Amino acid sequence: MFAFANPHRFMAYSGPLVPWTGFLAALLFGVGLVWGLVFAPPDYQMGDTVRIMYIHVPAAWMAMAAYTFMASASLASFVWRHPLADIAARAAAPLGLGFNFLALVTGALWGQPMWGTFWVWDARLTSFLVLFFFYIGYIALWEAIEDPHKAGRAAAILAMVGFINVPIVKFSVDWWNTLHQPASLIKMGAPSIYWTILTPLLIMVAAYTMIFTFLLLLRMRTEVFTRRIHRLQSSLAAGTEEPALA
Amino acid sequence: MTDTKVLTAQSHAPRPPDPAPPSGSAGRAFRALVARDIKLAAAQGAGGLQVVVFFAVVVTLIPFGLGPDLPLLEAIAPGVLWIALILASLLTFDRLFQADFEDGSLDGMVCGPLSLEGIVFAKACAHWLTNALPLIVATPVLALLLNMKAGVLGLLLLTLLVGTPGLTLIGALGAGLSVGVRRAGILIALLVMPLYVPVLIFAVGALEQAQRSLAAGDGVNFLEPNALFLAAASLLAGLIGVWAGAAGLRLHVGG
Repeated sequence: MFAFANPHRFMAYSGPLVPWTGFLAALLFGVGLVWGLVFAPPDYQMGDTVRIMYIHVPAAWMAMAAYTFMASASLASFVWRHPLADIAARAAAPLGLGFNFLALVTGALWGQPMWGTFWVWDARLTSFLVLFFFYIGYIALWEAIEDPHKAGRAAAILAMVGFINVPIVKFSVDWWNTLHQPASLIKMGAPSIYWTILTPLLIMVAAYTMIFTFLLLLRMRTEVFTRRIHRLQSSLAAGTEEPALA
Repeated sequence: MTDTKVLTAQSHAPRPPDPAPPSGSAGRAFRALVARDIKLAAAQGAGGLQVVVFFAVVVTLIPFGLGPDLPLLEAIAPGVLWIALILASLLTFDRLFQADFEDGSLDGMVCGPLSLEGIVFAKACAHWLTNALPLIVATPVLALLLNMKAGVLGLLLLTLLVGTPGLTLIGALGAGLSVGVRRAGILIALLVMPLYVPVLIFAVGALEQAQRSLAAGDGVNFLEPNALFLAAASLLAGLIGVWAGAAGLRLHVGG
């Protein structure tokens, strides 16, 4: 982790990584979507509507994974004052929000033919909606405080406090009697999905992870460049020419 | 450049130990802070009353919005009263630290014997006494408007007494993170709302359970699981509020 604490080294490593992750994301999406939406077998209960799972499930996982990433980066930023951690957390937040929104919408579209309703206030959906508001609050706090270092630390506290919701979302289908189906992959014992459906699902998970990494690196690099520009502008305005420290 | 050299030399030298504050003065400072905040709130006069009026306005609007059907109002009364109380108190959190932050009193308090966590807890205590307590006192009258029965009203007041301290401290968390931000009211409401959800769920769960058991002819059980979870959630929320609120305040006050 601290190998990349130096922004220069981070920028040097991430530069060539960005086009590769983008290309990989496009490739994995192409393979996963075609396999899942066209070639994978229909479910014996749900028929062809199961195909929305290839979009809904990885999006929901990524929403949780992004928040976990945000909370870990916030911990690194708050406790160890890692220089790039608050930039990483801030970059991840809108991506997680987007995944959360996508999972909510695709879930509602799947729920209407399956359950007969777009929404139900069971434990899984409710806690996932609360995660949506945690994301919005986190982004709002970043926007509200002017000094980026103070904003980063305040947002780090908020992200760490909110992390308590992530295990609640994960285990909500086990702890409460929910309409949402229980865990079939990450649970005690082997996954209970047959490989013909599991494989395209895992490819889609890899695709979502790749696009998250691609967008994250892009956003982090943009933030580092933006801070350099601000520093150059302020040193120009002050009349001094200091070397940019990134 | 010589300044930095002097600073590093000083930071390497061993620091003399901080003198311990005289024993008991933290407790005295705590009581003094609570008393000061209560006196300030009382001097502002209309503050606590405004909150109660807003609470009454929201509750009065409900029958206009949902129709005056008494059984319906009785069924939704616990949730409506809880939500109206939450909305009324959310308006008040941006004032919790703002005035003291702006005129520098907060910096002065930090230099005293009371820790920042103690300061947060003290100000939250005063806030609860001057805002939440008047709302709880006003609840029975408004519960009458919504046709609530006496047994459920007793449990409602108990859930409010147990739940509102935790909510006040979560509000202090939101206020501490956003102190110094102009017009932070809506921001605090946004930060605090997801953390309010567990307390609200358990409180209303306990009340609905009481309504069902009253309708079935049994008594109201004050110690059923939802009520116990409410106490636990409120306590946990309180602890998180004190710790994280002080951490947030430390960002703005120390720097």
